[in-house]
Amino acid sequence: MSNSSTSDLLKPFKLKTKQQELLIRVSILCLVYILAFITRLFSVLRYESMIHEFDPYFNYRTTLYLTQHGFYDFWNWFDYESWYPLGRIVGGTLYPGLMVTAALIYRLLHFLRFAVHIREVCVLTAPFFASNTTLVAYFFGKEIWDSGAGLVAAILIAVCPGYISRSVAGSYDNEGVAIFALLFTFYLFVKAVNKGSLAWGLASAFGYFYMVSAWGGYVFIINLIPLYVLVLLITGRYSMRLYVAYNCMYILGMLLAMQIRFVGFQHVQSGEHMAAMGVFFLMQVFYFLDWVKHMLSDTKLFQEFLSITVTCAVAAGGIALGVGMASGYISPWTGRFYSLLDPTYAKDHIPIIASVSEHQPTAWSSFMFDFHILLFLFPAGLYFCFKRLSDATIFIVMYGLTSMYFAGVMVRLILVATPAVCLISAIAVSATVKNLTVLLRSKNKVAQIGSTKGTSSAKASSKASLDQSQPFQKNGAMALLFGAFYLLSRYATHCTWVTSEAYSSPSIVLAARGAHGNRVIFDDYREAYFWLRQNTPPDAKVMSWWDYGYQITAMGNRTVIVDNNTWNNTHIATVGRAMSSYEDEAYEIIRSLDVDYVLVVFGGVTGYSSDDINKFLWMVRIGGGVFPVIKEPDYLVNGEYRVDKGAAPKMLNCLMYKLSYYRFGEMMTEYGKPPGYDRARGVEIGNKDIKLEHLEEAFTTSNWIVRIYKVKPPNNRW
Amino acid sequence: MEARIRARVNLALTFFALLFFVAGSSPPRQFVISNAERRIDLSSHIINVHLTLKVENAGTRSASEVVLALTPTEVDHLAMVDASAIKGKRKKTTSVRLEVKPTELPDAPPIDTKYFTIYLANPLNSGESTTLEVLYVFTHFLEPFPAEIAQSESQLVFYHDTALILSPYHIKQQTTFIKTPSTKVESFIRMEPTNRVGTEIKYGPYEDRPPYSISPIHVHFENNSPFAVVEELVQEIEISHWGNIQVTEHYKLIHAGARHKGVFSRVDYQSRQSSNGASSFRYLLARLPPRVHSVYYRDEIGNISSSHLRTDSLKSELQIEPRYPLFGGWKATFVIGYGLPLQDFLFESSDDKRYLNFTFGCPLIGMVVDKLTIKVVLPEGSTDPSPVVPFPVEHHLEAKYSSLDVVGRTVVVLEKKNFVPMHNSHFQVYYSFKPIFMLAEPLMLASAFFMLFVACVAYIHIDLSIRK
Repeated sequence: MSNSSTSDLLKPFKLKTKQQELLIRVSILCLVYILAFITRLFSVLRYESMIHEFDPYFNYRTTLYLTQHGFYDFWNWFDYESWYPLGRIVGGTLYPGLMVTAALIYRLLHFLRFAVHIREVCVLTAPFFASNTTLVAYFFGKEIWDSGAGLVAAILIAVCPGYISRSVAGSYDNEGVAIFALLFTFYLFVKAVNKGSLAWGLASAFGYFYMVSAWGGYVFIINLIPLYVLVLLITGRYSMRLYVAYNCMYILGMLLAMQIRFVGFQHVQSGEHMAAMGVFFLMQVFYFLDWVKHMLSDTKLFQEFLSITVTCAVAAGGIALGVGMASGYISPWTGRFYSLLDPTYAKDHIPIIASVSEHQPTAWSSFMFDFHILLFLFPAGLYFCFKRLSDATIFIVMYGLTSMYFAGVMVRLILVATPAVCLISAIAVSATVKNLTVLLRSKNKVAQIGSTKGTSSAKASSKASLDQSQPFQKNGAMALLFGAFYLLSRYATHCTWVTSEAYSSPSIVLAARGAHGNRVIFDDYREAYFWLRQNTPPDAKVMSWWDYGYQITAMGNRTVIVDNNTWNNTHIATVGRAMSSYEDEAYEIIRSLDVDYVLVVFGGVTGYSSDDINKFLWMVRIGGGVFPVIKEPDYLVNGEYRVDKGAAPKMLNCLMYKLSYYRFGEMMTEYGKPPGYDRARGVEIGNKDIKLEHLEEAFTTSNWIVRIYKVKPPNNRW
Repeated sequence: MEARIRARVNLALTFFALLFFVAGSSPPRQFVISNAERRIDLSSHIINVHLTLKVENAGTRSASEVVLALTPTEVDHLAMVDASAIKGKRKKTTSVRLEVKPTELPDAPPIDTKYFTIYLANPLNSGESTTLEVLYVFTHFLEPFPAEIAQSESQLVFYHDTALILSPYHIKQQTTFIKTPSTKVESFIRMEPTNRVGTEIKYGPYEDRPPYSISPIHVHFENNSPFAVVEELVQEIEISHWGNIQVTEHYKLIHAGARHKGVFSRVDYQSRQSSNGASSFRYLLARLPPRVHSVYYRDEIGNISSSHLRTDSLKSELQIEPRYPLFGGWKATFVIGYGLPLQDFLFESSDDKRYLNFTFGCPLIGMVVDKLTIKVVLPEGSTDPSPVVPFPVEHHLEAKYSSLDVVGRTVVVLEKKNFVPMHNSHFQVYYSFKPIFMLAEPLMLASAFFMLFVACVAYIHIDLSIRK
């Protein structure tokens, strides 16, 4: 037989089963590592190696500063170019983890004599960390279930759109490294709980430190871990391992986190971090009780002691919290935290948070889009977890359930839920496939035994075993197995499609299909920013809506009034008020802010819908929230927002309308439509005769997407 | 025979030089210009002045140094001066390039003047005459007036000159032709006889003018040609002996014409192209060597998507468009990079050296380059570089660290100010290089990986645990 001859030939190379398994596992992991990286490179291939979106431009700018000026200057950097005239203490108001990571990678590459540009490092940081996340997912899966589940988890998370959306090449944002840090911290903590070793606890504290340095989402860790510990305490799973792990992680993690200036003393002062501290004290009470129980032999006495101690501890804790709150030592929960617990809170109280599209509650479609079959595998995985409860599975269940809730509250938090969903789904896939293959293999074994023996007695025994099992078991298992693989392959296809179609656009360069199917590129943003950079005085102040602030400072290199770090609501409201006032009133505000140029984004020519006219109601709301002279109903007609002839008179004459549509009335945008036809909103504009008195058009990009106006100096009085 | 003549000429030269020295180095007044014709081309912002002089030796001894005079402002804007002698009659003319050098003449002329001396190939004997052709190229010489214009206005500029040619010699007859880019001439100063036909203004002929006679004139006319000036161009040519030359060019471009004033209206610019932004420009054309590959065009904030490359076997043309049209005073910076096959530009010389033969110039067509820096990055391990450039340039050496460099690469830096397209010529950089250095980097990488694997193997096989 040819089969046997080849096996003879390969005999010296033949590996033991264990070695084979290791080889397969390592090669799968390597492939997954590479896959996670290259699937995120669609944006580089489609467009170029560039930074995406809004916030990444700030991160890029700060990283550039860090590499050029060194860490001390970065830490003490006072940025005069943003929030004019207030400025911004950059070192104290950012999470430096991302920038430091990129700068270190950059230094390392230069040390190894690779002359790369810092931009390339920044662009590829997120995919690199996504690759690392797959490794962590493998080890985490191995810790909570088995190495099979770990492998499946690594594969699932490598291509999961929920994660890819924030980690494609060029998406140089905190989340890119933070998800790695989050999962790594959780893994180390679970490992510490399982082992009860100080070393793992210490490692998890450092993981937590890295997470705190990287992203504000660390609050999730510092609340989830105490919650998990509390659940373990309540379910009677208190152990010395847990005590060691939590105390080590909490105390060291807290001390380390205090080194980050933006976080500072929040761990002991802010309401959001009090749960962790409460659980820490509760642990001590438990330990004390355990000790007392050990000393006392009388159970009745202990019961009484227990009740007194618990009451005292709870009362003391409550009083301490109350006093802290009342004296102002412990700050109350912030609006952002409230808006997580109550999805309607932001809409009523903080319009600036509600105005961001990624802060909206999640629609079902986006769950389906981001998770695909994981959405169905998630409950199945939960079932398996509950069937085999352990400290580790309790953790992953709690992580999965809480993060799923947060994912439902805010679109962007799907990202936090993704690792949990992948892990739990991996358990479902791994357990199901394992069960099915075991079923198939046991059948084969029986058949083999039957064939080798080949006697009537064997026939009888095989008959007996067949009778025990259900009919068509083998076929059923095969069918299910094929079904599972079909689903998984659908998942892979879906993920690739989503990555290539939806998540790989840099949003700074817009691409559309032309009339002949050719690709048309609208590079208007960079056109405008580069014009600002080259042809305006270096100290020019640019006023725009806060969305474009980071991009203007990073690409245009000019001072902005407000930017995406929305720390001062009044300042933003002032800009909102200027945009929604009549021109002469707005001119007063503009003069008082010492503005030289006003920049608006306008999509009426190209049909680009996320422009300033569509964002305008938020400017009105945010402006009106601080300055009651601005009233939303003034801009609406019967509660309807419109820009055509039937629009509200204040709408037709406010600064934003004028700046967007200045001389647009002469423009033919579409064949067969009247001049001044707004393609983004599909109407003919209502005010075609716009005269500007205090501003003049300084630059309009080739597709009109960005329009820049120069503020004229005041008229001479004499 | 020829050698004897040459010896005699040499002897004569020494003799005359001695005599000249004894006479007290007065300007060689023995020449008379019997006929001078000057054609001034004002059609772009690079001004070409073609001067044809018929020089006659009216002195008693033969002389070989003809002196040209220029005003200090002209010298400040002078990019290049070139002279050639015309031999033969009618159609059978051949021109011989002559050496031109700036000189100082000791006696003070009536007005402040700078001099250039043309060294004739053969001394002109008494009574003989010869025809010289001189080309002056001036940059930044047209003064926009008004200095600021709005979008719909066209650009008007002043040209200042003198109707009479400034010369240390007596000129018997002279004519000046000024060619303007269009028929739109606002004003010009007459000096009879002067007449204007179409795009040409003719001054003269003027008879018998003494040395240093001038008559200031100006022409105020429309010039909408792109006043594109590269303020600084840094061209880096990196040689890799693995078969590639990588060229990177950093441009700082400015529209040096009348400054743009007030509104820039896109709707006017798009719908009424002819009457709007006439002096602005959008497209630039770069002529690159043939067989160019991996061309890119970008700036500090990313790729610029508006460029087209056309290649054929003789040349490659890259049409680029800056991110926005350039109006007066607007700036743009960008980078063009491309790769070239090594065998087209690198050769071995007879003395076992290698040399790079490359164009000294700016690939963008019709550009004035205020400061041109060419950096030739030689491969790591190359020694004694020496540049050979046909005109005077400043040069020095630098070191550069590129990928996987340990000792750094030698960079030959050549700098030239006020560069015009007429300067375009080839230059060479000679250097020695041992091919063994080519293997340094691959070997380094291979050994690094080898060490890594050895470390892995060692880690697996060594038991590092403290407890047993």
